[in-house]
Amino acid sequence: MGSVQEIRLAHGGGGRYTQQLIEKIFLPAFTNPQLDLLNDSAILDLPVSRIALTTDSYTVDPLFFPGGDIGRLAVCGTVNDLSVAGARPLFLSAGFILEEGFPLADLERIVESARAAAREAGVSIVTGDTKVIPHGKADKCFINTSGVGVVERDPPLESRVHEGDVLVINGFMGRHGMAVMTSRKELGFSSRIESDVAPLNHLTARMMKAAPGLHAMRDATRGGVAAVLNEMASQASLGVELTEEWLPVTEAVNGACEILGLDPLYIANEGVVVASVSADESETLLKAMKKDSRGRDSRVIGRVCREHPGRVVMRTQIGSHRIVDMLSGEQLPRIC
Amino acid sequence: MKYIDEYRQIEAVQQFIGLIHEVAGSRLMTFMEVCGTHTMAIARSGIRQLLPETLSLISGPGCPVCVTPNRLIDRAVALSRRRDVLLATFGDMMKVPGSTSSLDREHAAGRDVRVVASTLEALELARQNPSKNVVFIGVGFETTAPTVAASILEAENQGIDNYKVLSAHKVMPPAMRALCAGELNLDGFLCPGHVSTIIGSKPYVFLAREFQMPCVIAGFEPLDIVQAVFMLARQVRQDTPSVEIQYTRAVRPEGNPQALKIVDRVFEPCESEWRGIGIIPESGLRIRDVFAGRDAESISVDVEPFRETRGCLCGRVLQGLAVPPDCPLFGKACTPDEPIGPCMVSSEGSCAAYYKYQWQPA
Repeated sequence: MGSVQEIRLAHGGGGRYTQQLIEKIFLPAFTNPQLDLLNDSAILDLPVSRIALTTDSYTVDPLFFPGGDIGRLAVCGTVNDLSVAGARPLFLSAGFILEEGFPLADLERIVESARAAAREAGVSIVTGDTKVIPHGKADKCFINTSGVGVVERDPPLESRVHEGDVLVINGFMGRHGMAVMTSRKELGFSSRIESDVAPLNHLTARMMKAAPGLHAMRDATRGGVAAVLNEMASQASLGVELTEEWLPVTEAVNGACEILGLDPLYIANEGVVVASVSADESETLLKAMKKDSRGRDSRVIGRVCREHPGRVVMRTQIGSHRIVDMLSGEQLPRIC
Repeated sequence: MKYIDEYRQIEAVQQFIGLIHEVAGSRLMTFMEVCGTHTMAIARSGIRQLLPETLSLISGPGCPVCVTPNRLIDRAVALSRRRDVLLATFGDMMKVPGSTSSLDREHAAGRDVRVVASTLEALELARQNPSKNVVFIGVGFETTAPTVAASILEAENQGIDNYKVLSAHKVMPPAMRALCAGELNLDGFLCPGHVSTIIGSKPYVFLAREFQMPCVIAGFEPLDIVQAVFMLARQVRQDTPSVEIQYTRAVRPEGNPQALKIVDRVFEPCESEWRGIGIIPESGLRIRDVFAGRDAESISVDVEPFRETRGCLCGRVLQGLAVPPDCPLFGKACTPDEPIGPCMVSSEGSCAAYYKYQWQPA
């Protein structure tokens, strides 16, 4: 784009600059038959009539963090929302809200990473939009993505969760939140925690195929695993019993959480799915999950019970028990 | 995890639990912890449920946010309304309700209130905003005071004249004296681990001597706490009140002389108001006159008339005279999402700990 190195207001104006942005950055990365037509809407042919539709906006700060960036996150987050609803994700839209002065080189990095994530998930970005906000009125770069997936079998739902179900998780908790938090410079923290941000659609497809008795699936994003389990418990009007010792937490995440006074159960993930499955299918399910690259560390973390309906109770490491409540507000570093 | 998992081993913890049952027998014992981190650690690991029914652990005024009175929050709110002030605070203070407002509300109304993770970050804000008075709200006990004192010395060194501190620092031993002299029937103190890394064990000696009160300085892992409770029960049983250090891997009897020196250079003791307890002599830290220019008390503001929250039992909870479920607001009108009292706001408050880890709806 010649000598222009950063986003100008004109890039959102609909004129030549906008055209250049689309042709030089977005089209080459996301190219596919629907997008290449550059029509106002993408026309999509779907194999079935039942679809899942979701949308999410991404405002992560910093934009680039260990293990990912906002581009990868914007694709994976929406793909995962479709996946845990039992849908097969196919098409995404992408809306970019950029601050005037945002470096084009950063935009290119973000777009490239979104492209790679879409390819990994096997989805196409078929329509998009760009807006530019005057300097100081927005923070660098926000992305909204919406996604369409097809629903080819009965979707797992919380209401199908049964007493006696086994709760399984596909990997380590808290990596995304701690990767982002420890990369914020004001904490002056150096760690090597990488975000787990990844598309889960291949894993969830495998799970649904392996275990028809899969009763519910949730991706444990904001609010962490604790939020997901509380939602399951309250929607099913059943209790959840966790075993602290079984919870998968890496040493690095555990250490950072100890220092900052945080609990990994409440930390956001972007590649973690929690599922409720009937006990007799749990072994088969785990075996299938472990075959997927996103499920190698799959394990059981607890069970669904009739006691304390709507509540999550955890057997602690020292042999006692406590409540695992929903997160209130944000987790904040300790002050004394 | 190395150096943590060792302190959470079920066998070791259970062994001390057994010893506690043996030593305490059926004798009624009440121990108080005066550190918010202990409060959270006890609730989080579920230690209470493992102890004899006759042995209670109650929480005292150990959460710095909780003991900060409305008056201080009102002053901070008033400061935030001045256009020439940028208010920097630790996150826990944001939602604490004052008489009619909170910093969270003022922030939403467009006042320049920033959450910082360290005093150095606040100092950096002062450097970047030379046209404003950057006021850091210094809330905390002996653990926090040295870092705030250091930030003031650093501001002096670097000539950052617009950095000020609203000091609401408190020190723990005078509050423990007030509790001993009050209506509470206590059998011992679980003394704060972090505070004691700074002040050492000597400042508690009067509790054992004057009040015959057993004291054990404890660490924060489950094994630390159960061992400390065992040591307290043993002191009660043997009638040998003294100050023992369980947390020997971090606490020395003399404390941290360097930190104490910095605090002493910047601050001097003063009387201070504790929510629920009232004014306690020598329990606060004010900025010494040589650093008067750093004291945000010198910025004149109209502070609204003081109003206490009605129906809230935080004051009694902080003195160990009530447990959170005793409060009619607890879990109903007052929850972590819509807190009424400070003990529900702070991540280290007793009400928050109860609500988060122990509360069962009727």
